[in-house]
Amino acid sequence: MSKVRVLAGTRKGAFILTSDGKREKWAVSGPHFAGWEMYHMKGSPADPNRLYASQTSGWFGQIIQRSDDGGKTWHQPGTPPGAAPTPPAVPKGDSNKFAYDTSAETGKPLTTHQWYDGTQHPWEFKRVWHFEPSLTDPDTVYAGVEDAALFRSTDGGETWAELAGLRGHGTGPKWQPGAGGMCLHTIILDPKNRDRIFIAISAAGAFRTDDGGKTWKPINRGLRSQYIPDQDAEVGHCVHHVAMHPARPNVLFMQKHWDVMRSDDAGDNWREVSGNLPTDFGFVIDVHAHEPETIYVVPIKSDSEHYVHEGKLRVYRSKAGGNEWEALTKGLPQSNCYVNVLRDAMAVDSLDKCGIYFGTSGGQVYASADAGDTWAPIVRDLPAVLSVEVQTLP
Amino acid sequence: MIRVVLPPHLRTLAHVGSEVTLEVAGAVSLRSVLDELEARYPMLRGTIRDHVTQQRRPFLRFFACEQDLSHESPDTPLPDAIASGAEPLIVLGAIAGG
Repeated sequence: MSKVRVLAGTRKGAFILTSDGKREKWAVSGPHFAGWEMYHMKGSPADPNRLYASQTSGWFGQIIQRSDDGGKTWHQPGTPPGAAPTPPAVPKGDSNKFAYDTSAETGKPLTTHQWYDGTQHPWEFKRVWHFEPSLTDPDTVYAGVEDAALFRSTDGGETWAELAGLRGHGTGPKWQPGAGGMCLHTIILDPKNRDRIFIAISAAGAFRTDDGGKTWKPINRGLRSQYIPDQDAEVGHCVHHVAMHPARPNVLFMQKHWDVMRSDDAGDNWREVSGNLPTDFGFVIDVHAHEPETIYVVPIKSDSEHYVHEGKLRVYRSKAGGNEWEALTKGLPQSNCYVNVLRDAMAVDSLDKCGIYFGTSGGQVYASADAGDTWAPIVRDLPAVLSVEVQTLP
Repeated sequence: MIRVVLPPHLRTLAHVGSEVTLEVAGAVSLRSVLDELEARYPMLRGTIRDHVTQQRRPFLRFFACEQDLSHESPDTPLPDAIASGAEPLIVLGAIAGG
């Protein structure tokens, strides 16, 4: 029978939640890396036992963790698993080195971006927000970082190199941090075109490469944002998350700061599909594993009140690719609930029926084994959840 | 022999107890001690000093012999009591400790 493995990153450690295909009884492992902020964990599609984890701290900086056995054991890539290394077999210890590329060979990408007050501010590495492992090679993985840039490792996370063409695009001085920092938080690899990658940055917008990351173009036509002087500018939009169904890589769904958007041409043009949502502010958006027109969001009251609307935790589902939304509430608290659901904290499995998972700022991880019709908590009292990913295992 | 006390999170990363001992050749300074610490425990690279600038991470402090050495030049000789191992060099997270 198939199994699922849910990877939950929290403010104070990582947790691994496992169940069989019924998704009724769960085993909880953790906290791993206790006390650290675990921004994201994700498994390799090419080798489900290969996991990457972003372990961060305002005090001690960035640590990269890797597991080669499905999360049972972890090590920093470049250091051997298990006990501390002893000389002379000293590894390099570069797995947490994210150095921005300023070389002439890559065009000396601009090194300042816009600060909150509109002045220019130097690019400074803070943390990895998101890992996106290659669809085919377990040792190749992309990292979206703050301050916004895209890095790639081809040696299992031991060393990282920036895909500098993104910052080299030239609009960097107009990028600015959102409330969470200036983060590259979304990376989508096109399963039908290995040269095409989509990324999104708060607050710059969405970008696409069609040449494997050498050059990039902003794909924000149709977005309108009140917090920039030119509301439909080429860049400057606070995109919160983007989702794609692998069978239709030209169709993208976006939860923007405000507005739920849709593109049918790989991001060249966007149109709003917020429809009858009670509020179109939010962070997460995801697509049903088997129904490319079925999408999910969790509306949040506003950008100044980061909790669910009316004290009710409601997932909204559209089976029409947007505009027409239904509230999914069965099993979710419908009074006195004031949690948030962050941008990387929703995931879907590929079982039949499709499972939906999300984590909250209140430490709950909820699961639905019937595509959202009913919900139950897997755990209720974790630290605040930063990210949720799920793996469907044979 | 140089003694270095690490904060709990870094002990976990390095798989060590509360104190590590190092042999440092030549002048004993913050730079030479941290160079040896990172050579011996490479998983700590980037956690105490920035990978690129080699600057102390802003929320970390260096204490020794009841003195705050956080703002000393990295090449200033450390006190004799540190060089002899009589007292440890303490690396700690500022105030709340991380």
